[in-house]
Amino acid sequence: MTTRIVEVRAGVLRKNDELARALRTRFEEAGVFVVNLVSSPGTGKTELLQRTLTELRESGQRAAALVGDLETDNDAQRLATSGVPVRQINTHGRCHLEAEMISQHLDSWDLASLDYLFIENVGNLVCPASYDLGEALRVALLSVTEGEDKPLKYPTIFNSADSAVITKVDLAEACEFDRERAIAAIRSVRPGMPVLEVSAKRGTGMAAWLADLEARRLAWRQGRPGGAST
Amino acid sequence: MHELDLARNIVELAVEAAERLGAAKVNVVHLKVGRLAGVDPGALHFAFDVATADTLLAGARLEVIDVPLVVWCAHCLTEVELPQVNHFYCPACGTAAGEIRQGRELEVASLEIET
Ligand SMILES: Nc1nc2c(ncn2[C@@H]2O[C@H](COP(=O)(O)OP(=O)(O)O)[C@@H](O)[C@H]2O)c(=O)[nH]1
Ligand SMILES: [Mg+2]
Ligand SMILES: [Zn+2]
Repeated sequence: MTTRIVEVRAGVLRKNDELARALRTRFEEAGVFVVNLVSSPGTGKTELLQRTLTELRESGQRAAALVGDLETDNDAQRLATSGVPVRQINTHGRCHLEAEMISQHLDSWDLASLDYLFIENVGNLVCPASYDLGEALRVALLSVTEGEDKPLKYPTIFNSADSAVITKVDLAEACEFDRERAIAAIRSVRPGMPVLEVSAKRGTGMAAWLADLEARRLAWRQGRPGGAST
Repeated sequence: MHELDLARNIVELAVEAAERLGAAKVNVVHLKVGRLAGVDPGALHFAFDVATADTLLAGARLEVIDVPLVVWCAHCLTEVELPQVNHFYCPACGTAAGEIRQGRELEVASLEIET
Protein backbone atom coordinates (compact mmCIF):
# COMPACT_ATOMS: atom_id res chain seq x y z
CA MET A 1 0.00 0.00 0.00
CA THR A 2 1.22 3.44 -0.84
CA THR A 3 -0.38 6.59 0.45
CA ARG A 4 -0.47 9.65 -1.75
CA ILE A 5 -2.30 12.92 -2.19
CA VAL A 6 -3.95 13.57 -5.55
CA GLU A 7 -5.51 16.77 -6.83
CA VAL A 8 -9.17 16.59 -7.81
CA ARG A 9 -10.38 20.21 -8.01
CA ALA A 10 -14.05 19.50 -8.64
CA GLY A 11 -16.82 21.91 -7.72
CA VAL A 12 -19.27 20.32 -5.33
CA LEU A 13 -22.19 21.91 -7.18
CA ARG A 14 -20.76 21.04 -10.58
CA LYS A 15 -23.81 19.10 -11.76
CA ASN A 16 -26.24 21.86 -10.88
CA ASP A 17 -23.94 24.46 -12.42
CA GLU A 18 -23.75 22.51 -15.68
CA LEU A 19 -27.51 22.06 -15.85
CA ALA A 20 -28.03 25.73 -15.05
CA ARG A 21 -25.69 26.71 -17.86
CA ALA A 22 -27.67 24.56 -20.29
CA LEU A 23 -30.91 26.15 -19.06
CA ARG A 24 -29.47 29.64 -19.45
CA THR A 25 -28.56 28.87 -23.07
CA ARG A 26 -32.04 27.52 -23.66
CA PHE A 27 -33.65 30.63 -22.16
CA GLU A 28 -31.37 32.87 -24.22
CA GLU A 29 -32.25 31.05 -27.42
CA ALA A 30 -35.95 31.28 -26.61
CA GLY A 31 -35.58 34.96 -25.68
CA VAL A 32 -37.35 34.54 -22.34
CA PHE A 33 -36.13 36.67 -19.44
CA VAL A 34 -35.99 34.51 -16.31
CA VAL A 35 -36.27 36.03 -12.84
CA ASN A 36 -35.52 34.07 -9.65
CA LEU A 37 -37.15 35.50 -6.50
CA VAL A 38 -35.53 34.59 -3.19
CA SER A 39 -36.42 35.54 0.40
CA SER A 40 -37.45 34.22 3.80
CA PRO A 41 -40.83 32.51 4.04
CA GLY A 42 -43.57 35.12 4.28
CA THR A 43 -41.66 38.08 2.83
CA GLY A 44 -44.27 38.49 0.12
CA LYS A 45 -42.89 36.71 -2.94
CA THR A 46 -46.25 35.25 -3.96
CA GLU A 47 -48.12 38.50 -3.32
CA LEU A 48 -45.66 40.52 -5.41
CA LEU A 49 -45.62 37.90 -8.13
CA GLN A 50 -49.41 37.67 -8.31
CA ARG A 51 -49.70 41.39 -8.85
CA THR A 52 -46.74 41.43 -11.24
CA LEU A 53 -48.20 38.66 -13.40
CA THR A 54 -51.60 40.33 -13.47
CA GLU A 55 -50.21 43.72 -14.46
CA LEU A 56 -47.91 42.22 -17.09
CA ARG A 57 -50.80 40.32 -18.63
CA GLU A 58 -52.97 43.42 -18.68
CA SER A 59 -50.24 45.34 -20.46
CA GLY A 60 -49.97 42.65 -23.12
CA GLN A 61 -46.74 41.01 -21.94
CA ARG A 62 -46.52 37.24 -21.96
CA ALA A 63 -45.41 35.79 -18.64
CA ALA A 64 -45.42 32.45 -16.83
CA ALA A 65 -44.33 31.31 -13.39
CA LEU A 66 -42.89 28.34 -11.54
CA VAL A 67 -43.33 28.31 -7.79
CA GLY A 68 -41.39 26.17 -5.35
CA ASP A 69 -42.66 25.05 -1.95
CA LEU A 70 -41.93 22.04 0.21
CA GLU A 71 -45.57 20.94 0.01
CA THR A 72 -49.00 22.16 -1.25
CA ASP A 73 -49.97 23.95 -4.43
CA ASN A 74 -51.52 26.88 -2.56
CA ASP A 75 -49.14 29.41 -4.07
CA ALA A 76 -49.68 28.11 -7.61
CA GLN A 77 -53.42 28.52 -7.07
CA ARG A 78 -52.93 32.10 -5.84
CA LEU A 79 -50.71 32.90 -8.81
CA ALA A 80 -53.06 31.24 -11.31
CA THR A 81 -55.69 33.89 -10.52
CA SER A 82 -53.52 36.25 -12.59
CA GLY A 83 -54.55 34.26 -15.66
CA VAL A 84 -51.03 33.30 -16.79
CA PRO A 85 -49.59 29.76 -16.94
CA VAL A 86 -48.31 28.65 -13.53
CA ARG A 87 -46.75 25.44 -12.29
CA GLN A 88 -46.06 24.32 -8.75
CA ILE A 89 -42.84 22.51 -7.87
CA ASN A 90 -43.05 20.55 -4.62
CA THR A 91 -39.60 19.85 -3.25
CA HIS A 92 -40.79 17.42 -0.53
CA GLY A 93 -38.36 18.50 2.12
CA ARG A 94 -35.67 20.05 -0.05
CA CYS A 95 -35.07 23.60 1.08
CA HIS A 96 -34.32 25.14 -2.31
CA LEU A 97 -34.99 24.74 -6.02
CA GLU A 98 -32.37 23.12 -8.22
CA ALA A 99 -31.76 23.49 -11.95
CA GLU A 100 -32.94 19.95 -12.56
CA MET A 101 -36.34 20.69 -10.97
CA ILE A 102 -36.70 23.67 -13.30
CA SER A 103 -35.98 21.68 -16.44
CA GLN A 104 -38.36 18.95 -15.33
CA HIS A 105 -41.19 21.47 -15.09
CA LEU A 106 -40.78 23.16 -18.46
CA ASP A 107 -42.32 20.31 -20.50
CA SER A 108 -44.69 21.45 -23.24
CA TRP A 109 -44.24 25.12 -22.44
CA ASP A 110 -43.38 27.12 -25.52
CA LEU A 111 -40.62 29.25 -24.03
CA ALA A 112 -40.18 31.22 -27.23
CA SER A 113 -43.71 32.58 -26.83
CA LEU A 114 -42.88 34.09 -23.42
CA ASP A 115 -41.36 37.44 -22.50
CA TYR A 116 -40.90 36.60 -18.82
CA LEU A 117 -40.58 33.46 -16.74
CA PHE A 118 -40.65 34.01 -12.99
CA ILE A 119 -39.39 31.46 -10.50
CA GLU A 120 -40.52 31.82 -6.89
CA ASN A 121 -37.88 29.96 -4.90
CA VAL A 122 -38.54 28.07 -1.66
CA GLY A 123 -38.68 30.52 1.25
CA ASN A 124 -35.19 30.22 2.71
CA LEU A 125 -32.33 32.69 3.07
CA VAL A 126 -29.53 30.12 3.03
CA CYS A 127 -29.60 27.33 0.48
CA PRO A 128 -31.13 28.99 -2.64
CA ALA A 129 -28.01 31.20 -2.75
CA SER A 130 -25.87 28.28 -3.93
CA TYR A 131 -28.13 26.96 -6.68
CA ASP A 132 -28.01 28.66 -10.03
CA LEU A 133 -31.29 28.09 -11.89
CA GLY A 134 -30.15 29.58 -15.18
CA GLU A 135 -31.91 32.85 -14.38
CA ALA A 136 -30.96 36.17 -15.95
CA LEU A 137 -31.90 38.11 -12.82
CA ARG A 138 -31.91 37.16 -9.16
CA VAL A 139 -33.97 39.38 -6.89
CA ALA A 140 -33.73 39.17 -3.09
CA LEU A 141 -36.77 40.37 -1.15
CA LEU A 142 -36.76 41.82 2.36
CA SER A 143 -39.98 42.84 4.12
CA VAL A 144 -40.26 45.74 6.53
CA THR A 145 -41.50 43.31 9.18
CA GLU A 146 -38.42 41.11 9.36
CA GLY A 147 -35.74 43.46 10.62
CA GLU A 148 -33.40 45.86 8.85
CA ASP A 149 -30.33 43.76 9.56
CA LYS A 150 -31.43 40.57 7.76
CA PRO A 151 -28.89 41.12 4.97
CA LEU A 152 -26.09 41.30 7.54
CA LYS A 153 -27.23 37.98 8.98
CA TYR A 154 -27.59 36.29 5.59
CA PRO A 155 -24.89 37.93 3.49
CA THR A 156 -24.41 35.08 1.02
CA ILE A 157 -27.87 35.28 -0.49
CA PHE A 158 -28.08 39.06 -0.61
CA ASN A 159 -24.62 39.15 -2.13
CA SER A 160 -25.68 36.65 -4.78
CA ALA A 161 -28.64 38.78 -5.90
CA ASP A 162 -28.63 41.37 -8.68
CA SER A 163 -31.20 43.61 -7.05
CA ALA A 164 -33.21 43.90 -3.87
CA VAL A 165 -36.84 44.71 -3.20
CA ILE A 166 -38.13 45.92 0.15
CA THR A 167 -41.69 44.61 0.47
CA LYS A 168 -44.78 45.50 2.56
CA VAL A 169 -43.86 49.17 2.79
CA ASP A 170 -47.51 49.85 3.77
CA LEU A 171 -46.54 48.38 7.16
CA ALA A 172 -43.34 50.40 7.53
CA GLU A 173 -44.67 52.90 10.02
CA ALA A 174 -46.32 50.32 12.26
CA CYS A 175 -43.02 48.41 12.38
CA GLU A 176 -40.95 51.56 12.90
CA PHE A 177 -39.00 50.40 9.90
CA ASP A 178 -35.69 52.23 9.47
CA ARG A 179 -35.40 52.49 5.72
CA GLU A 180 -31.90 54.00 5.63
CA ARG A 181 -30.56 51.29 7.88
CA ALA A 182 -32.08 48.53 5.73
CA ILE A 183 -30.64 49.97 2.52
CA ALA A 184 -27.25 50.42 4.20
CA ALA A 185 -27.35 46.77 5.32
CA ILE A 186 -28.16 45.59 1.79
CA ARG A 187 -25.33 47.65 0.30
CA SER A 188 -22.92 46.56 3.02
CA VAL A 189 -23.14 43.02 1.65
CA ARG A 190 -23.42 44.09 -1.99
CA PRO A 191 -22.06 47.56 -2.75
CA GLY A 192 -24.21 49.56 -5.16
CA MET A 193 -27.10 47.07 -5.14
CA PRO A 194 -30.22 48.63 -6.69
CA VAL A 195 -33.04 48.71 -4.12
CA LEU A 196 -36.73 49.07 -4.92
CA GLU A 197 -39.56 49.55 -2.42
CA VAL A 198 -43.03 48.14 -2.93
CA SER A 199 -46.32 47.29 -1.34
CA ALA A 200 -47.91 44.60 -3.45
CA LYS A 201 -51.07 44.95 -1.36
CA ARG A 202 -51.51 48.65 -2.01
CA GLY A 203 -49.72 48.89 -5.34
CA THR A 204 -47.12 51.36 -4.07
CA GLY A 205 -43.92 51.13 -6.10
CA MET A 206 -45.38 48.61 -8.57
CA ALA A 207 -44.88 50.90 -11.56
CA ALA A 208 -41.21 51.42 -10.72
CA TRP A 209 -40.71 47.68 -10.18
CA LEU A 210 -42.32 46.82 -13.52
CA ALA A 211 -40.38 49.54 -15.32
CA ASP A 212 -37.13 48.27 -13.82
CA LEU A 213 -37.93 44.70 -14.90
CA GLU A 214 -38.73 45.81 -18.43
CA ALA A 215 -35.57 47.91 -18.70
CA ARG A 216 -33.50 44.95 -17.53
CA ARG A 217 -35.28 42.59 -19.89
CA LEU A 218 -34.64 44.85 -22.87
CA ALA A 219 -30.98 45.32 -21.89
CA TRP A 220 -30.65 41.55 -21.57
CA ARG A 221 -32.20 41.01 -25.00
CA GLN A 222 -29.67 43.39 -26.52
CA GLY A 223 -26.80 41.73 -24.72
CA ARG A 224 -27.54 38.05 -25.18
CA PRO A 225 -25.71 36.10 -27.90
CA GLY A 226 -27.43 36.55 -31.25
CA GLY A 227 -29.29 39.29 -29.48
CA ALA A 228 -31.39 42.16 -30.63
CA SER A 229 -32.32 40.81 -34.04
CA THR A 230 -34.59 37.99 -32.81
CA MET B 1 -29.90 23.11 5.61
CA HIS B 2 -28.60 21.42 2.53
CA GLU B 3 -25.37 20.09 3.97
CA LEU B 4 -26.51 16.49 3.53
CA ASP B 5 -27.09 17.15 -0.18
CA LEU B 6 -23.66 18.72 -0.40
CA ALA B 7 -22.06 15.82 1.49
CA ARG B 8 -23.63 13.38 -0.95
CA ASN B 9 -22.23 15.37 -3.86
CA ILE B 10 -18.81 15.39 -2.24
CA VAL B 11 -18.90 11.63 -1.74
CA GLU B 12 -20.02 11.07 -5.32
CA LEU B 13 -17.20 13.22 -6.70
CA ALA B 14 -14.62 11.65 -4.42
CA VAL B 15 -15.69 8.07 -5.14
CA GLU B 16 -15.59 8.80 -8.87
CA ALA B 17 -12.06 10.21 -8.61
CA ALA B 18 -10.85 7.46 -6.24
CA GLU B 19 -12.10 4.72 -8.56
CA ARG B 20 -10.49 6.38 -11.54
CA LEU B 21 -7.21 6.45 -9.61
CA GLY B 22 -7.56 2.84 -8.55
CA ALA B 23 -7.63 3.68 -4.86
CA ALA B 24 -8.25 0.90 -2.36
CA LYS B 25 -9.08 3.37 0.35
CA VAL B 26 -9.58 7.09 0.87
CA ASN B 27 -8.11 8.52 4.06
CA VAL B 28 -8.81 12.21 3.70
CA VAL B 29 -10.97 14.51 1.57
CA HIS B 30 -9.61 18.03 1.39
CA LEU B 31 -12.46 20.47 0.76
CA LYS B 32 -12.13 24.17 0.00
CA VAL B 33 -14.90 26.19 1.59
CA GLY B 34 -15.06 29.90 0.85
CA ARG B 35 -16.14 32.13 3.71
CA LEU B 36 -19.03 33.36 1.57
CA ALA B 37 -20.05 29.90 0.34
CA GLY B 38 -22.93 29.84 2.80
CA VAL B 39 -21.92 26.47 4.19
CA ASP B 40 -21.67 25.52 7.84
CA PRO B 41 -18.53 23.35 8.24
CA GLY B 42 -19.84 21.83 11.49
CA ALA B 43 -23.02 20.57 9.84
CA LEU B 44 -20.98 19.43 6.86
CA HIS B 45 -18.69 17.26 9.01
CA PHE B 46 -21.69 15.58 10.54
CA ALA B 47 -23.36 15.06 7.16
CA PHE B 48 -20.10 13.75 5.70
CA ASP B 49 -19.97 10.94 8.24
CA VAL B 50 -23.54 10.00 7.34
CA ALA B 51 -22.96 10.18 3.59
CA THR B 52 -19.72 8.18 3.56
CA ALA B 53 -21.17 5.15 5.36
CA ASP B 54 -21.08 2.02 3.17
CA THR B 55 -19.07 3.70 0.42
CA LEU B 56 -15.44 3.58 -0.65
CA LEU B 57 -15.05 6.62 1.59
CA ALA B 58 -16.22 4.90 4.76
CA GLY B 59 -13.98 6.05 7.60
CA ALA B 60 -12.46 8.88 5.59
CA ARG B 61 -11.83 12.22 7.26
CA LEU B 62 -13.06 15.55 5.93
CA GLU B 63 -10.50 18.34 6.12
CA VAL B 64 -11.91 21.79 5.48
CA ILE B 65 -9.58 24.37 3.96
CA ASP B 66 -10.98 27.81 4.77
CA VAL B 67 -10.79 30.21 1.85
CA PRO B 68 -10.83 33.85 2.93
CA LEU B 69 -13.06 36.46 1.31
CA VAL B 70 -10.90 38.52 -1.04
CA VAL B 71 -12.14 41.47 -3.08
CA TRP B 72 -10.62 43.98 -5.47
CA CYS B 73 -10.26 47.51 -4.12
CA ALA B 74 -10.54 49.95 -7.01
CA HIS B 75 -9.00 52.68 -4.88
CA CYS B 76 -5.95 50.81 -3.55
CA LEU B 77 -5.68 48.95 -6.88
CA THR B 78 -5.04 45.69 -5.09
CA GLU B 79 -6.78 42.62 -3.73
CA VAL B 80 -7.72 42.88 -0.08
CA GLU B 81 -8.98 40.31 2.39
CA LEU B 82 -12.21 41.24 4.15
CA PRO B 83 -12.31 40.34 7.83
CA GLN B 84 -16.14 40.15 7.77
CA VAL B 85 -18.43 38.62 5.14
CA ASN B 86 -21.12 41.28 5.60
CA HIS B 87 -19.01 44.40 5.34
CA PHE B 88 -17.76 44.94 1.81
CA TYR B 89 -15.52 47.91 2.47
CA CYS B 90 -11.76 47.93 1.97
CA PRO B 91 -10.13 47.63 5.41
CA ALA B 92 -7.28 49.88 4.27
CA CYS B 93 -9.14 52.81 2.72
CA GLY B 94 -12.85 52.28 3.50
CA THR B 95 -13.97 52.27 -0.13
CA ALA B 96 -16.91 50.01 -1.00
CA ALA B 97 -15.44 46.96 -2.72
CA GLY B 98 -17.77 44.38 -4.21
CA GLU B 99 -15.72 42.61 -6.85
CA ILE B 100 -15.13 39.18 -5.36
CA ARG B 101 -11.87 37.45 -6.24
CA GLN B 102 -12.07 34.58 -3.76
CA GLY B 103 -14.38 33.29 -1.06
CA ARG B 104 -17.26 31.55 -2.83
CA GLU B 105 -15.42 28.25 -3.40
CA LEU B 106 -16.96 24.92 -2.59
CA GLU B 107 -14.61 22.44 -4.12
CA VAL B 108 -13.09 19.03 -3.53
CA ALA B 109 -9.43 20.08 -3.75
CA SER B 110 -7.62 16.77 -3.25
CA LEU B 111 -7.80 13.28 -1.80
CA GLU B 112 -5.38 11.30 0.28
CA ILE B 113 -5.68 7.77 -1.09
CA GLU B 114 -4.07 4.39 -0.67
CA THR B 115 -3.25 2.37 -3.75
N1 LIG C 1 -49.61 44.41 4.47
C1 LIG C 1 -49.04 43.70 3.50
N2 LIG C 1 -49.03 42.37 3.59
C2 LIG C 1 -48.46 41.66 2.61
C3 LIG C 1 -47.82 42.28 1.49
N3 LIG C 1 -47.30 41.34 0.71
C4 LIG C 1 -47.59 40.15 1.29
N4 LIG C 1 -48.30 40.35 2.44
C5 LIG C 1 -48.83 39.31 3.33
O1 LIG C 1 -47.73 38.58 3.88
C6 LIG C 1 -48.07 37.21 4.00
C7 LIG C 1 -47.04 36.38 3.25
O2 LIG C 1 -47.07 36.72 1.89
P1 LIG C 1 -46.67 35.71 0.74
O3 LIG C 1 -46.80 36.42 -0.55
O4 LIG C 1 -47.40 34.43 0.90
O5 LIG C 1 -45.12 35.45 1.11
P2 LIG C 1 -44.09 34.38 0.52
O6 LIG C 1 -43.98 33.28 1.52
O7 LIG C 1 -42.78 35.12 0.40
O8 LIG C 1 -44.59 33.92 -0.81
C8 LIG C 1 -49.47 37.05 3.44
O9 LIG C 1 -50.37 37.05 4.52
C9 LIG C 1 -49.65 38.29 2.58
O10 LIG C 1 -50.99 38.68 2.49
C10 LIG C 1 -47.86 43.71 1.43
O11 LIG C 1 -47.35 44.37 0.51
N5 LIG C 1 -48.46 44.36 2.48
MG1 LIG D 1 -44.96 31.97 -1.57
ZN1 LIG E 1 -8.75 50.20 -0.52
